[in-house]
Amino acid sequence: MLLEELIGIAEKQREVRKQICVRCCMSAGCMSSQSAEVKTALEKAVAERQMGDLIEVRRVGCMGLCGPGPLVSVEPNSLLYEHVTPENAGSIIDALTSAGPIKAERCDPQHPFFTRQTLVVRANGGRIDPERIEDYIEAGGYRALHHVLTEMQPPQAIEAIIKSGLRGRGGAGYPTGLKWATVAKSVGKQKFVVCNGDEGDPGAFMDRSVLESDPHSVIEGMAIAGYAIGADQGFIYVRAEYPLAISRLQVAIRQAKQHGLIGSAIFESTFNFNVDIRIGAGAFVCGEETALMASIEGKRGQPRPRPPFPAESGLWGFPTLINNVETFANIAPIINRGPEWYAGFGTEKSKGTKVFALTGKIQNTGLIEVPMGITIREIVEELGGGAPEGAKLKAVQTGGPSGGCIPAEHFDASIDYESLTQLGSIMGSGGMVVMDDQTNMVEVARFYMQFCMEESCGKCVPCRAGTVQMYHLLAKIAARQATMKDLELLEELCDLVKNTSLCGLGQTAPNPVLSTLRYFRNEYLELLQPAG
Amino acid sequence: MAVKTLTIDGKHVGAEESETILEAATDAGINIPTLCHLDGLTNVAACRLCLVEVAGTKKLLPSCVTKVAEGMEVKTDTERLRKYRLMILELLFAERNHVCSVCVSNGHCELQSRAHQLGMMHVRFQYLYPNALVDASHERFVVDHNRCILCTRCVRVCDEIEGAHTWDVMGRGTASRVITDLNQPWGTSESCTSCGKCVHVCPTGALFEKGRSVAEMAKRREFLPYLAMMREGAR
Amino acid sequence: MKVVKPALPSPDKRWKIVDAKMRRFGYQGHALIETLHAVQQSFGYLDEEALRFVVKALHVPPSRVYGVATFYNFFTLKPQGVHTCVVCLGTACYVKGAERVLAAIERAAGIKSGETTPDNQLSLLTVRCIGACAIAPAVVYDGNVSGKQTAEQAVEKLKGYLHNAA
Repeated sequence: MLLEELIGIAEKQREVRKQICVRCCMSAGCMSSQSAEVKTALEKAVAERQMGDLIEVRRVGCMGLCGPGPLVSVEPNSLLYEHVTPENAGSIIDALTSAGPIKAERCDPQHPFFTRQTLVVRANGGRIDPERIEDYIEAGGYRALHHVLTEMQPPQAIEAIIKSGLRGRGGAGYPTGLKWATVAKSVGKQKFVVCNGDEGDPGAFMDRSVLESDPHSVIEGMAIAGYAIGADQGFIYVRAEYPLAISRLQVAIRQAKQHGLIGSAIFESTFNFNVDIRIGAGAFVCGEETALMASIEGKRGQPRPRPPFPAESGLWGFPTLINNVETFANIAPIINRGPEWYAGFGTEKSKGTKVFALTGKIQNTGLIEVPMGITIREIVEELGGGAPEGAKLKAVQTGGPSGGCIPAEHFDASIDYESLTQLGSIMGSGGMVVMDDQTNMVEVARFYMQFCMEESCGKCVPCRAGTVQMYHLLAKIAARQATMKDLELLEELCDLVKNTSLCGLGQTAPNPVLSTLRYFRNEYLELLQPAG
Repeated sequence: MAVKTLTIDGKHVGAEESETILEAATDAGINIPTLCHLDGLTNVAACRLCLVEVAGTKKLLPSCVTKVAEGMEVKTDTERLRKYRLMILELLFAERNHVCSVCVSNGHCELQSRAHQLGMMHVRFQYLYPNALVDASHERFVVDHNRCILCTRCVRVCDEIEGAHTWDVMGRGTASRVITDLNQPWGTSESCTSCGKCVHVCPTGALFEKGRSVAEMAKRREFLPYLAMMREGAR
Repeated sequence: MKVVKPALPSPDKRWKIVDAKMRRFGYQGHALIETLHAVQQSFGYLDEEALRFVVKALHVPPSRVYGVATFYNFFTLKPQGVHTCVVCLGTACYVKGAERVLAAIERAAGIKSGETTPDNQLSLLTVRCIGACAIAPAVVYDGNVSGKQTAEQAVEKLKGYLHNAA
């Protein structure tokens, strides 16, 4: 593959485009509400009305607003329809030619849910067909890889990522460029690039959506990383619960290979890079990097102490770079548009944009991509449209089982790594579950502790035995059988498990308890028995 | 080999750079409590008893896998560490059915002696009373899961020293169990060489020789440093 | 090193799929999880015969194979029913009442989560999160995701299953 061929593919794509493009979301969310049937109905309607020369029906990835799916959009008319059914899909085509009334529900594309977003990672979501590499190339795909391979030395590529200020989007927020620099410096006769797609936090589906909607962006990001650190093999670890993401990745890898965009001598350079998929098997702890590597090696997904860090000794003992899906998806845009452009979004210490999964008791549920530094209130009230009728919002949970609940009085807090940590939660991978006043916070803490207890790998004592005891104490409190002494013991246990556990799962398992105790202590106290 | 100087509990200590804090402390006559660690086996840092405080880092570090460094200031016996160690022991005692008075290892048990050493008076946590089994199908040995603390010494000695890898761990979390082969009765295991190393490295009475009664099962571990030394020499 | 390939356990064609997967990895031990996926996909669960075959083919200790097979939620050592119903218990589903949906299904089917009906028609499972949070609560019937489920809808759907099976 040469640059001319790449440009050729993009131009040919533009030539065969039809005047009107009807896009039908074929992401897992919409597909569960019959979007495949909707697409068939749309195609049938176009064929019956003999509009095939004018109108193209395209399968696209996630448009973001998953709640009222299936979604269908029409370009260039900027029309958006929600709750589309196979029965009323034909009327969308009729309306385009004024042949009949629209029976499908209109959705306002000028709603703040859409207009307040800044799309970097999700720019191709809802626009390109994720199963056609030509669509990705037309949207500028693989140009960043070409640029890096032909115009940049590896240290320059790393420098660009450092300058962009990008921090790991998997939760911990470690500066991505620094991580790359460390692995690049490590000595090893082989190195690996690993993409963490084990999106285990319940309430989070950003990575699923990226993999389903724009798989090539992740592959391109990994290849650029491989060049920068000197690796020729990449692994994408995806959870088995995401079958559609896995199959789209398989298609994407096959197409990239066929086009010579991964494999040997990419863009006729000396750089070789291959990508393989490894499928998880249902273990939350495998999101932890050392456990994930154990799992790729075919072992029980148990973490091991760090150091040594994967950057020095990772997969099979070789230096390994691990970043998550969203982090890799940010790479190509940063190269294409420059680190300064990327660093222009966000706050001083948290640059760029972040994708959040907005769910729970809120009007608009789905995926949003917003600049860092936006407030929780803006997300919840403007993009999210506030509480459903009659409900009063109480808290937002971020960071999944490792995070915490942020109460309504702190909704004006800015969303960045530091301020969320200060509030007793974490950025996490981007799950944002909105809770209303019907939600009991002791129950929420119990729910998360049950999760951590069942997902504890069992290796270290504080997490294995401590989460069980914390769960029992929370259940006892919820059943109104506990006393102040039990609450004190619970707090002691939280302190123990947080400070002595081996890995992040254990160290953060007490967070949902600690944050609900911090902001909703009364709910605990109300349930206690008088000391006797 | 470069030598590093550090202080452990205020005492100036010199140690080779490849040594861990635990090794340096042991050499200096400072005792750090351990359970999953055993000289001659790889360290897994799982029991968390050997955590120590190191100046300059907020995190507690497992001394069994943390290498010494120049100028390091280590504290091994602070009030905070004692409190954590005690709770970890309480958690272990509540997790399975540990009844010292009827145990073959009574008086020779590392769990028991740690509890004694750290002054554990009672367990504040709810006893879980799991339904754990005893497997006496092996002709010479018994595994009693009631007394297992999942330190995985048996798994490691069988894999690293004997090379049989008969033992492993099944399940996860508190439901984890050590198993032989495909979770089958030990006596039917095809890979077991009946060498007995697992029995003797086990810190508690979970693995013992048949025919031993209460308090009769003292473990003999001299073979482990010997084998480790011989292998080192062979390299 | 020459790879000694053990004979397939039976002429059943599904073993060829499993074998092909292992071949792709050169019969190396790190193919264990991928191989177990292939077995479960082909046979529906992991029985002792399959585990023993994998032990031999990949030269992995049996206790390690069993340890891996029981570590991950996705693998099952028991055969599943004709139909499966998987209730998502992720946070978003929880907030939107997934526990009520699960309780209703348990009542209607007369089994608990993780069990299969005595007539082997339905297996009821739960899952941590399937990432369908925007359409919570979600239930997966025979591999197809259904969103915004109510207890009534779920029970109705199940009736169809159990009725068809009878």
